[in-house]
Amino acid sequence: MANKKPIRICANVLLTISVLLIGYGFLGVRINQTNAPVPSSAFIDLTKRIGVPMIIAGVVLLVTAIVLGNTTIQRRTHLSDYFPYLLIIPAIAFLMVFVVYPMLDVIYLSLFNGTVLTPTKRWLGTSNFEALFTVRRDFQVALKNTAVYTVSMVVGLIALSLIFAIWLQKDRKINSVAQTVFFTPHLVASISCAFIFQWIMSGESYGLFNTVLRLFGVPKVDWLNNANTAMGCIIFMNLWKNIGYYTLIIMSALKSIPTEIYEAAELDNASTLRTFFKITLPLLSPQIFFLLITITTGSFKVFDSINIMTGGGPGDATEVLARYIYKYAFKLNKLGVASAAGVVLMVILVLITLIDFKGLEKKVHYQ
Amino acid sequence: MDKALRAEQRRRHLRNYLPHLPGDIIKILAMLIFVFPFYWMLITAFKTYKESIIVPPTLLPYSFTVDAFITVITKLNWFTYARNTIVVTLSVIVLQLLVMVPASYAFSKFRFYGQGLFFGVVLVAFMIPTQITFITTYMTMADWKLLKTLWPQIIPFGANAFGIFLLRQSFKQIPDEIVESAKLDSASELQIMTRILLPMSKSAMITIALFSFVGHWNSYFWPLVMSITEEVRPLTIAIEKLKEIEYGLQWPQIMAGNVLLVLPVVIIYIFASKKIIQAFAYRGMK
Repeated sequence: MANKKPIRICANVLLTISVLLIGYGFLGVRINQTNAPVPSSAFIDLTKRIGVPMIIAGVVLLVTAIVLGNTTIQRRTHLSDYFPYLLIIPAIAFLMVFVVYPMLDVIYLSLFNGTVLTPTKRWLGTSNFEALFTVRRDFQVALKNTAVYTVSMVVGLIALSLIFAIWLQKDRKINSVAQTVFFTPHLVASISCAFIFQWIMSGESYGLFNTVLRLFGVPKVDWLNNANTAMGCIIFMNLWKNIGYYTLIIMSALKSIPTEIYEAAELDNASTLRTFFKITLPLLSPQIFFLLITITTGSFKVFDSINIMTGGGPGDATEVLARYIYKYAFKLNKLGVASAAGVVLMVILVLITLIDFKGLEKKVHYQ
Repeated sequence: MDKALRAEQRRRHLRNYLPHLPGDIIKILAMLIFVFPFYWMLITAFKTYKESIIVPPTLLPYSFTVDAFITVITKLNWFTYARNTIVVTLSVIVLQLLVMVPASYAFSKFRFYGQGLFFGVVLVAFMIPTQITFITTYMTMADWKLLKTLWPQIIPFGANAFGIFLLRQSFKQIPDEIVESAKLDSASELQIMTRILLPMSKSAMITIALFSFVGHWNSYFWPLVMSITEEVRPLTIAIEKLKEIEYGLQWPQIMAGNVLLVLPVVIIYIFASKKIIQAFAYRGMK
């Protein structure tokens, strides 16, 4: 038992080295595939030459580490110890090819100027990033719009779902029907929702919104082609679409709060408002935190509704990060700029997720 | 006497209900706001183009016609697009199942070296969205000469990180003794997965399948990038292209297309709303 710890540390070191070697090896292979020369240096030349051998060495080390490490876990080593690796190989293979590699490759591509056909035409270094934050005003606008959209969605959805959930809390027929109805838009394709609202918010006088407003004597507004109203309309549509889902989550959390707590509060003559802020809200904090993270990450990825309803316009008024990446990659043929924007989006999402993990450990109240 | 008692009872019911009345009226109004956009989609689809742009708009179509549906189905290769959507959605679900169940089994019921590292890969996949991976995956698919097939819409989703996560959680709750005793009865590993673990994880499986179904049936961004030829377009992209045909926006046709896209999902929802709501609530609690 006592002599297993050094073996385990040894295996961990080997494992770390093997991952680094494989990564380094693939970098060498990738540089060799590059269309334009990467500025030559001793390091780059070496990387180019030893790419494939490094991958092989890395894999050998990885296998060694696993064999070594397994001796510290199993009581007796047996060939069947390797069965679980067989089970996870398909999943890990898919994730490596379609998530981990693309994620790292986006960082690599952001250092070049290129198109989808010749992704690495010219080496640029970090100037794509410098351009994003200095010259390219449209990126800053997209970033700002994404922030406005995200904050509105977070505040709007959390507030509304709390209100709706408390409002529909009691076990009555009408409440379960209402819940079913409010949830429907969540299952419907976002492009269908976007089309319906584009039609309702049509700027012509036959648009439904304008018709209703005319009843109150308000002149017609071109909702989606007006820089002042377009973003508001997008937010309105997405609130309508998503409110049912988050209400559902808050509601099932509400139902799990024991009624005794409320009865005790009633005995103490606590006011409704006080009960809400002192009991309900703290007990809901895990779910509210879940909402906060899901809505934030979801909002940073918003694409469908905006691409259909406004196409990012008028001007740049509803341009957001995800559409910016798509536009630069496939419409404007500036893959480097798109990749750099992708890296920015990735950093934001990773930061939020890390806060998520940290927050779940600490602040949130668990019963 | 009996009559008087019942009348008294009814009065008491009414008195108890009365305070609910204003709230219920607001609830019904709110429900109308949620349903109305769908109603508007449906009746626009049954209008003629002429009626659709009349001022003020009609709440019930006087020119009730199914022309828009016929145009959408015949003018477009509707059946090709529908087939693509169905093939992609079902293939993704089947492929994910085949990949996810063994992986979740390994992560929940075995101890092996490097488990943390490999599960870390799953967690990373959990936070990286398609809006970042599409660039390189598109080029990978071009390298593999698959862009003119449905594969680019299927294989990138082979490993469902969220599914692995949820299923692992669910497998963990199944006592190890059950698996051990099955092994003593010389059950094969395949039997353990299909006869013991899966039947005991029904609600997790339903939730995962449902999320995949809704996600891929409705998916728009990924096929927008990956379907470069007409033959591999799914319904969502076909509907978007309705914007581009002829002059002016033909709203009855666009709405008819959307009705056809939404209908299968809504029909399933009407018949299984309780199950579906439960499944989504389950996702939120994990």
